[in-house]
Amino acid sequence: MRRWEGVERRSEPRKPAGRQIELIVIGCSLGGMKALQTIFSSLTDEFCVPIAVVQHRHKASNESLPAYFRRESHLCVVDVEDKQPIAPACIYLAPANYHLLVERGVFSLSVDAAVGFSRPSIDVLFESAADAYRENLAGVVLTGANADGARGAQKLKRRGGFLVVQDPAGAEAPTMPQAVIDAARVDRILPLDRIGPFLVELCRSSAVVKSGRA
Amino acid sequence: MPDGMPERVSMAEDDEKLDLELIEIQLLTEGIYRHHGFDFRDYSLPSMRRRIWKRIYAEGLSTVSGLIEKVLHDSSCMERLLLDLSINTTAMFRDPTFYLAFRRKVVPMLRTYPFVRIWHAGCSTGEEVYSMAILLQEEGLYDRCRIYATDINEAVLKKAKTGIFPIATMQENTANYIAAGGTGTFSEYYTARYDHCIFRPSLRENVVFAQHNLVTDASFNHFNVILCRNVLIYFNNVLQDRVQQLFLDSTEMFGILGLGRKESIRFTVVADNYEEIDAEEKIYRRIR
Repeated sequence: MRRWEGVERRSEPRKPAGRQIELIVIGCSLGGMKALQTIFSSLTDEFCVPIAVVQHRHKASNESLPAYFRRESHLCVVDVEDKQPIAPACIYLAPANYHLLVERGVFSLSVDAAVGFSRPSIDVLFESAADAYRENLAGVVLTGANADGARGAQKLKRRGGFLVVQDPAGAEAPTMPQAVIDAARVDRILPLDRIGPFLVELCRSSAVVKSGRA
Repeated sequence: MPDGMPERVSMAEDDEKLDLELIEIQLLTEGIYRHHGFDFRDYSLPSMRRRIWKRIYAEGLSTVSGLIEKVLHDSSCMERLLLDLSINTTAMFRDPTFYLAFRRKVVPMLRTYPFVRIWHAGCSTGEEVYSMAILLQEEGLYDRCRIYATDINEAVLKKAKTGIFPIATMQENTANYIAAGGTGTFSEYYTARYDHCIFRPSLRENVVFAQHNLVTDASFNHFNVILCRNVLIYFNNVLQDRVQQLFLDSTEMFGILGLGRKESIRFTVVADNYEEIDAEEKIYRRIR
């Protein structure tokens, strides 16, 4: 019974007041590249909570995506490799044709069947992250033309996470954020340009803790 | 927020449930190991959890404990779970650029050897074994190669041995073959009948298909090339280290290790034993 002890179980009781965000997960599809760019460019210098992203991409898509976002951000941007530790001040992208899953402190990949025609799938990322990070997780669902992410957002809320959705009214493709709003208890519905600054605000307390540790 | 949505009733209650589920999963894997001999105890948790829940729903159950009972008392249920937990998706010339890199960077090294032993660990239904056989035939190396293709799962090995694959996949396979630098015509390697294709028997003349469990079985030979693509991602850090050590012990000096595109030896104990031959395609050479 030694094996998964401590992977997700907490040794200390949770802080009763205040929420410390330790990981942010973001899901998007059609129109996502531009939306992500907007968010990343508005993250301030002190922001260093790790971000994991599923942007639906073609399975043969090349490796240029991290380089594309690197220009927009002071954070390091990488395609995840299996068992990569989750470090502060990094943006982690789900690689093409793999599901991205989260354990506490470390990423896992899988080549299991596509979920809702998607691999990577937003649901897979959100559900695994919700199990591992519970109320220390924030999830953001942006523009997209399908309903991937709705189930994951539901689970994220059930596990106590914080849920932000892009306002469908201004989204390039409203289907995905609307599906989340219909399925889960959303904490904030925000226009795209306010999401980045809001995340900075949400993470301010945890950012201080993180940089103090580093 | 529509009515009837699962609200978070109480954080403590939900946390307790989640902690209980972890205990149940541990009991399940422990039970499978002790009763059936398959060791999934060090598999990566998030993927395990997804696959277990998929089986729970498919069996019409609602808890991990329910699955424990069924798996321990109904061997056909164990077989179904085993398929869920051990089958990895595959395709011919999966990730064509890997085969292209292998052709350009590894084949010239192999030409200098009188005899080449290749271990394809976790070969699943065999598509990538036949792909390698085709590549080696085209490079004129096949006659001095022996490929040991192993998997934990007998059912997929049986399928691999037949060399029969669905015709529906041939369009993708052909595209992959071309992108992988194939020098012939792909359709010459198989004969189509009804909705299936059978591949040339000569492709498996030097292939030995055998059951081998990476988790519990030891090394069985020394190899010039070990291929293990998209298998280790299902293992946790501890188990990855152990299997990487097994591979190291099974590799000749200057032997080749080929992993999946997003797998890496960076986060394992053997990182210093290899040099990169192709960083993108995760092709390594043992140097110590």
